[in-house]
Amino acid sequence: MKQKLLDTINKFEPDKSKSPFLWTLYDGLHTFLFAPNHVTKRGVHIRDNMDLKRTMVHVVLLLQLCYLFGTYNIGHQHFLAIGEYTGFLEGFHLKLLYGFWQLLPIFIVAHVVGLAIEFYYAAKKGHSIEEGFLVSGALIPMIMPPDLPLWILAVSVAFAVIIGKEAFGGTGMNIWNVALLSRVFVFFAYPTEISGDEVWVAGLESTFPGSAVEYGWIHLVLFNGLFEWAGWATFDPGWQVADGFTGATPLALAFQGGWDAVTEVYSQAAMIWGTIPGSIGETSKPLIVIAAIFLGVVGIASWRIMLGMLLGTIFTGVLLNLWGATPFMTVPWYHHIYIGSFLFALAFMATDPVTAASTNRGKWVYGFLIGFFGLIIRILNPAYPEGWMLAILLMNTFSPLIDHLVLRKNMQKRLASA
Amino acid sequence: MKKASYAIFLLTSLVIMPLDVLAQSGSGINLATSLIIATVIIAFGAIVFVADNLLQLESRRQLSDKDIEIDASLLPKTIKGGVDLPSYIPKERFIHLNRGFDINLEGKPEKRTVETPFVTRYSVLPTDFRGIAPIPKVVPVDGDNILAGDELFFDKRNPEIKFVAPVSGEFMGIERGEKRAIHEVNILADKEIRYRELPAIDLATAERSDLISYLMKYGGWVHLRQRPFDTIPEPNETPRDIFISTFDTAPLAPDLNYTLAGENAAFQAGIDLLNKLTDGKIYLGLDGRGKDLPSDVFLNARNVEKYWFKGKHPAGNVGVQIHHIKPIKKGDVVWYLHPNDVVILGRMLTERRYNTERLVAFTGAEISPNVYMRTRPGANLSDLLSAFKFETDHVRYISGDVLSGDKKEREGFLSFWDDQLTVVLEGDYYEMFGWLLPQAVRPSLSKTFPGFLLPDLEFRADTNAHGERRAFVVTGQYEQVLPMDVYPQHLIKAIITNDFERMEGLGIYEMSEEDIAICEFVCTSKMPLQEILREGLEIVNE
Repeated sequence: MKQKLLDTINKFEPDKSKSPFLWTLYDGLHTFLFAPNHVTKRGVHIRDNMDLKRTMVHVVLLLQLCYLFGTYNIGHQHFLAIGEYTGFLEGFHLKLLYGFWQLLPIFIVAHVVGLAIEFYYAAKKGHSIEEGFLVSGALIPMIMPPDLPLWILAVSVAFAVIIGKEAFGGTGMNIWNVALLSRVFVFFAYPTEISGDEVWVAGLESTFPGSAVEYGWIHLVLFNGLFEWAGWATFDPGWQVADGFTGATPLALAFQGGWDAVTEVYSQAAMIWGTIPGSIGETSKPLIVIAAIFLGVVGIASWRIMLGMLLGTIFTGVLLNLWGATPFMTVPWYHHIYIGSFLFALAFMATDPVTAASTNRGKWVYGFLIGFFGLIIRILNPAYPEGWMLAILLMNTFSPLIDHLVLRKNMQKRLASA
Repeated sequence: MKKASYAIFLLTSLVIMPLDVLAQSGSGINLATSLIIATVIIAFGAIVFVADNLLQLESRRQLSDKDIEIDASLLPKTIKGGVDLPSYIPKERFIHLNRGFDINLEGKPEKRTVETPFVTRYSVLPTDFRGIAPIPKVVPVDGDNILAGDELFFDKRNPEIKFVAPVSGEFMGIERGEKRAIHEVNILADKEIRYRELPAIDLATAERSDLISYLMKYGGWVHLRQRPFDTIPEPNETPRDIFISTFDTAPLAPDLNYTLAGENAAFQAGIDLLNKLTDGKIYLGLDGRGKDLPSDVFLNARNVEKYWFKGKHPAGNVGVQIHHIKPIKKGDVVWYLHPNDVVILGRMLTERRYNTERLVAFTGAEISPNVYMRTRPGANLSDLLSAFKFETDHVRYISGDVLSGDKKEREGFLSFWDDQLTVVLEGDYYEMFGWLLPQAVRPSLSKTFPGFLLPDLEFRADTNAHGERRAFVVTGQYEQVLPMDVYPQHLIKAIITNDFERMEGLGIYEMSEEDIAICEFVCTSKMPLQEILREGLEIVNE
């Protein structure tokens, strides 16, 4: 069977010199379906079974946990805003479907734009497709608000992949984390689209009580038809945003009124389990912790960075608690660990091996400083109460410097004793 | 000491962290309660430690008359810190290397020697020697009858250094490769090897210069190798020290305790000879892994400094041992030898003939039985392999180990330095979704494969690269398997970018292909590290 399939695929091989783009596509598909038959030539005769595809796919697989919950939570937040089916399991099919329908275009646009650029450059440079965008493409939808206009998403992905990665030479050469670069692009280029309250809850015209919700014909005609046939609850176009709904994220509340203001709106349990508004992938803390532990134990993500970042955050949190000048500073440090996107940044963003420090000692410093700067930005910055994106990009910039210092120490030691 | 400080740090943070949380939460738990909790934790820890000590004392008392050791402790070994040394290892000469990786392959050699089939052809391969010109001057003409130890060829740059015949027989001429470089110098072997008799030399009275010219003239010199660069040493340079590793940790490596058993006299003679050649010391790296007591050939060696090494591969590599005993600085020259070569030098004095006979291990899952055979380097492989059974002929023959050995054809010859022949399956197959769900268990450093849960599992390896070459993405992987204070990935990057200063600063003089080979094995990006390192060494050598 395998041989037959292989022969069939081989029949379609395009001519590399005539149509390099087609060949790149073909090669990408071929190596995806079949691990290639390359044998070792010089040097070692046997090789480890690990390759970059497998490394990357493990991150993507663990992200599926966040995808699952994120899909559900988009719907859940939508229904919380309109005050219907507020229980976690009520209206389950509606929430899941609503979330899926919201997430799917984001996922598709991010991948189509990113992969097309990746394939184009691979063909142009004449090398096979590198796996870097597998992870970036899976991360980008996770860190965007669910209601982000798709054209902004497309522009930001194109910016991140072209300027952030291909301009530096492709996978492995980039200085900044590609996924974060796409988000920072949205953040600075379209600030109203990402810092407003509405975007965190999908499908509302505005978060004022009484404003209408938006459903497309897909929901009202296709799915409602299906659900009616099955005898389940359906979408109602007459739903309105409920009284008392604010749509504000915990961080915005904490900035204004400290921890008390947060707990008035969100329970501690909701913030830990993730049934709060936020970027699609970052809300469920237990799932992220599971992913972080798995990645750390199998060695795909650096536990040094993760631990360093945790320590840096705790250190800064305690310092700011002692200072206590603003309401946000008085929020006890241990609450900072599960509000906002700290854990998601720790598990998936800071640990990107290409942009992080590459020496073991450097990783401790790198992680610690991300924790330090991230919390400083989160707490002291009046414009935007979340700091991990900027802190990680900042430390991405400085990670070569950290490595340089570590290496210089090693070099000096060697030369000094010579 | 390091472990103890870690433990203290961990304990204190365990105590302090909940204290802080409890004190701040204000949910009815006050400071006094938290202090009580902390005291309970500490008291419990103290009880465990005392109990553990009592248990160990008692077990030692009970077992004192018996010749067994039992690790009676409540704590797992890693927490206890330190290593229990066998009594024969002195603590101050013991070096424990935490990093490294043992590739556990099928086809380890049994301690059994089988009869060698008659080998008709031998060949000395000029390509085995680093630092000589590709076209050496060949001395005998075709059809000449030569003795083992007779001159075969010399390098035109160093005409004093002779390369001699390993066996007696009829000279069969040379085979040339690319650019007319000489690849093989062939001899049709006699049934009974006749040796050229070497003049006697008295170590007690001989001058250093006499010994050097003796070794150069009769073929012993080329058994010496120098670091950096792994070349044959220059005769006018005196080495700082000489290093010998007496155990091999490479995959499927032969057991030197077995292969060199009974060579006490020759080994000691070789050591004494080497002692005359350096003003420094001779360092012997011994197997401190504690599984086997090293052979008395090494244990009883005199006039050497012995160091014991424990760790996974490459703990047995001489380069790693040099790094930990006395690192090579810029401008230093040290020599190193394989124990086999020490024995050959020793035999030149004790037997007064050039005798390269050694036990060679035939390893790898594709060849059976996995045993030893007494032969010489340069022996024709197809003659040797006629004594073995193969399940398939789609295999790769490797003179040496799977990490840094040479690929050979079946009609090829055993390399000059090797005492191992490995046969592995060629892996030129496609594997459906092989990167996601491999259809066979294979050795890997990565814990994404369940193999790491079964440390005793033996793997059947093949030569498939398991992936395509990529840019550097993963970091920290090389450091995990190379027990040296170097940054391999940054060194390789410095070589690629031709950054001379960094190469030197990051320790390129201490590195050799066999040391970095394990990094190349684990490399996720499938980089050809050995090749790049050699390029770098060539650059700094110029």
